[in-house]
Amino acid sequence: MAAAGAVLRQKLPGNMDICGRSGKGSPEFHVLAVDDSLVDRKVIEKLLRSLSCKVTVVESGSRALQFLGLDGEDSSVGFDALPVNLIMTDYSMPGMTGYELLKKIKGSSAFREIPVVIMSSERILARINRCLEEGAEEFLSKPVKLSDVERLTRYLLRGEADQVSEFRKRKLPKTCDLEFSFPSSPLSNDSDSSSSSRSSSPLPKRCKSV
Amino acid sequence: MDVVQLKRQLIAFTELLFGEGFLDEQFNQLQQLQDENNPNFVAEVATLFFEDSERILNELANNLDKQSVDFKKVDAHVHQLKGSSSSIGAQRVQRVCIIFRNFCNERNVEGCLKCLQQLKHEYALVKSKLEALFSLEQQILAAGGSPSI
Repeated sequence: MAAAGAVLRQKLPGNMDICGRSGKGSPEFHVLAVDDSLVDRKVIEKLLRSLSCKVTVVESGSRALQFLGLDGEDSSVGFDALPVNLIMTDYSMPGMTGYELLKKIKGSSAFREIPVVIMSSERILARINRCLEEGAEEFLSKPVKLSDVERLTRYLLRGEADQVSEFRKRKLPKTCDLEFSFPSSPLSNDSDSSSSSRSSSPLPKRCKSV
Repeated sequence: MDVVQLKRQLIAFTELLFGEGFLDEQFNQLQQLQDENNPNFVAEVATLFFEDSERILNELANNLDKQSVDFKKVDAHVHQLKGSSSSIGAQRVQRVCIIFRNFCNERNVEGCLKCLQQLKHEYALVKSKLEALFSLEQQILAAGGSPSI
């Protein structure tokens, strides 16, 4: 709730040049964002641009693969362009889900090293587990905030491999309120989940702390 | 009306919108992203939200009008609307979506229809409030002021 006399528009402090680097000819951080929602695409694009990242936004997993040149076609729009440093994808998308996209990326020798972050409005434990186990760096809850993206890009930018793996080893923060879901919901699009038989660690390695 | 009065109005109106739950913190997030380079960012997001919502509300009406309702489809549409309303901070719309999804889960047509009515109502409300907000901002700009502090 806005406080009395709240500043209506606060500018970002200073030059929040998290992604862009100073100096001539230095590469900028390039993020590929995937989301079927028009509103969310606009917001994530702005979030990333406000942190001086280069952004490519696409509306589906298949478009993302096309951009990366993983769709089996010889021509690939993005491959010769600026390399992708991070992929942020919505989970629930028609056609190819974010999870399926994640699998394809991690299954590709050319792109498996690119960190992939999943975004979802539903914090279903089985879903989070599955994504992290498939190699997602992080699972962000929607609506995505500036602080989430800023934190992400900070550690990924610093990210030598050991930085990233340090983060992965972190214990689940206590403040993280995950909801357990029961996979028997007929309308859950986790019908492909075999989590009901999974006996491995019930807690995900990491989730967005509140 | 002079700029100072208009600004006071804007602040009071904004507080009201937050106080009555029309908008939540996410709207603040969007406002913080707006700057000189993108002075219409929030209004642009709102426009997308309006277009998206109207499309979805129509789909919902069509889908619930059928003899045999495809609840999975209905749920998918409500999920979309829940997402976009959440992304813009349209809290009351988002909340109705949550209830709506429960009815979908229960395959309760009555419940769904009631929710659709409520959704239309809440959507119309938040749309008019946001338009009023943007209009105030435009007035401030026209009067030579700046809506930001």
